[in-house]
Amino acid sequence: MIDKPTRFLALCHFWVAFGAFALACVLGLYQVLERSGLVPAIQSPGVYFASVSTHGVLMAFVLTTFFIMGFGYVVAVSSLKTPLWNPKLAWAGFGIAAFGVALAALPLLTGNASVLYTFYPPLQASVLFYLGATLLVVGSWLWCVVMIVMHSQWKAAHPDETVPLPMFATTANAILWLWTSAGVALEVLFQLIPWTLGWVETVDVGLARTLFSWTLHPIVYFWLIPAYIALYTFVPKAAGGELFSHDLGRAAFLMLVVFGLPIGFHHLYMDPEQGSGFKLMHGVGTFLVALPTLLTGFTVIASMEIAGRRRGGSGLFGWIGALPWREPLVLAAILAFLMLIAGGFGGIVNASYAMNAMVHNTAWVSGHFHLIFAGTTVILYMAVGYYIWPRLTGKPLCSASLPVIQLWSWFLGMVLMTTPWHILGLLGQPRRISSVAYNSLLTLAWDPYELAMIVGGLVLTGSALLFAYILWQSQARPAAEQAFEVEYAGYQPADGPVHPLLNGFKVWNVAILGLMVLNFGYPILQFFLAKTFGSIPWGY
Amino acid sequence: MAFHIHPLERKWLYAASAAIAIFLASILLTALFGGIHPPGHMEIIDSARLHLDGEFMEDKLGVRTEPDGSVRVTLVAARYGFFPREIQVPAGTPITFRIASADVLHGMHAPMTNLSTMVVPGYVSTVTTAFPKPGEYPMLCNEFCGMGHDHMWSKMTVVSKESWTLAHPSAGR
Repeated sequence: MIDKPTRFLALCHFWVAFGAFALACVLGLYQVLERSGLVPAIQSPGVYFASVSTHGVLMAFVLTTFFIMGFGYVVAVSSLKTPLWNPKLAWAGFGIAAFGVALAALPLLTGNASVLYTFYPPLQASVLFYLGATLLVVGSWLWCVVMIVMHSQWKAAHPDETVPLPMFATTANAILWLWTSAGVALEVLFQLIPWTLGWVETVDVGLARTLFSWTLHPIVYFWLIPAYIALYTFVPKAAGGELFSHDLGRAAFLMLVVFGLPIGFHHLYMDPEQGSGFKLMHGVGTFLVALPTLLTGFTVIASMEIAGRRRGGSGLFGWIGALPWREPLVLAAILAFLMLIAGGFGGIVNASYAMNAMVHNTAWVSGHFHLIFAGTTVILYMAVGYYIWPRLTGKPLCSASLPVIQLWSWFLGMVLMTTPWHILGLLGQPRRISSVAYNSLLTLAWDPYELAMIVGGLVLTGSALLFAYILWQSQARPAAEQAFEVEYAGYQPADGPVHPLLNGFKVWNVAILGLMVLNFGYPILQFFLAKTFGSIPWGY
Repeated sequence: MAFHIHPLERKWLYAASAAIAIFLASILLTALFGGIHPPGHMEIIDSARLHLDGEFMEDKLGVRTEPDGSVRVTLVAARYGFFPREIQVPAGTPITFRIASADVLHGMHAPMTNLSTMVVPGYVSTVTTAFPKPGEYPMLCNEFCGMGHDHMWSKMTVVSKESWTLAHPSAGR
């Protein structure tokens, strides 16, 4: 049972997240139209790059952070069966983060922060943008504190018990995020803000890119972990079965945290400020972090097979047809896996050290991360939204069929948009351009794919607006009696509690510290050992 | 207290690890024994003084043939082009590009070739490759560098080795 104040807290977080998402999708539609060059009236690099920057910030920072915080509060209260610890602190986190978003929105929407969500010094944005982004992160740190405190209080009160899997994974995510956000926090606080305020004249772009790469990879696991929590603990139950196994799931979350952090240089393979040795080390780690995802795929699909067979499916593949395809969580999981397989293949190409040269900064990369993020991750956020809405509002969803249509159309739109992007990338199209202005025969081959991309963008925007409509309509219905209970999938009994290594984080934090020093220590230190030359600020 | 791993799960764990090991082995073998690396090594330069002295002065930019027959191309990336704007290089010959930025971040990519590198102010990018096929290749800026980014590109013509030798009789062997 989730108490009323926590339900309201979570709903506020979800509305910021999904509102930002819907707006970002509309901007995305403008971008595919503008970029194709088919509508000359809307051609404008100024508007395009302001839009791309806003789209990136809303999707990657606002949708994710607010969704993760709201979902974390729900998981903590419902899985530990304790009241929320320090609701004032949780509301302070929400307020600070929301204020940060409003502060950053001013320069973003007026074209004074068109530096994309990755900041790109020595291009310089309005200081409000950097301050707003900082406050968003500071607000999320308060959420981390609440999660970690609730986790340890529960453990202290239940010394011989196993922390429930959803809460264990949520705490893992809070710890991951504290480690992850430190990189970008160092960049913004010690480099970008002093430089933007004019306290220092120049910024070392090599150091800034190195610090950002610290954040840039594990941040995707911060986004992904709630989706994996849904896969492990909601989907098996929604399918009518139970979790196939338990221990390796916990190990998978730990692996994401430990191996996900020290590998950011695969974003810098093509950069001159880091040497081959460290790039290769980070490259090896990048392949290791594929393991927890492969384990998750196995365990969750095995769990769905248990459900399918229990529902009467037989034979090698018969259980797939027997699954409840009209159940949003199950449908979303199936579609998420399909997109994860394609996106994961692209990711292995990107991660492949020297082969990265073929696709670096091309439309291929946009195709890849839209499949993994907007496909795999966001489709599960949507399914969680459908599952959790009745449990937060006390009202059933307004329709049983609209969510199914919405999820299918999201999948279809993703296929239509990312397939052309992968092909365009192999044909050499850069990812961050607002028009095709090259006087080269090569670009003739790009035209048909741009058309497909627009159709995909249209379908996706329609699907996103339908999603917001369903949630809005459901909440606006007259009150009905509905249980506020969130339930998690059980798992086959094992003999005894889990190993202490799979029930806490102390050892793993030490391991992370060691790996971070090993993989980032010298690469950061080198900028202080050698005499480097910073860059003055540039407009855009 | 023990780890509980299902026998099927154990098999999958081994299979997944083996797949990753194969990927890693092929990357490590080609990198450590084949010398195939992405571009880049830490080499510092003052991007604000490129034009004053050294290899990136305006009159030293362009294509140069080394005594051993290899070719070196020196370029400056600046909003909005790679300078000089047009270059000609031979096919089937190792070519080393050295590029520095005079202003902000840039990226250089010649589609359909292995020529790709980031260009970061304050650091020199070095990349060596060979072009098997003659033809005209655009060199596109693939990193957002400002409002004219879409227009930032230069032209590279790859000519056959025979016509290159005819045109540059004194060069190489």
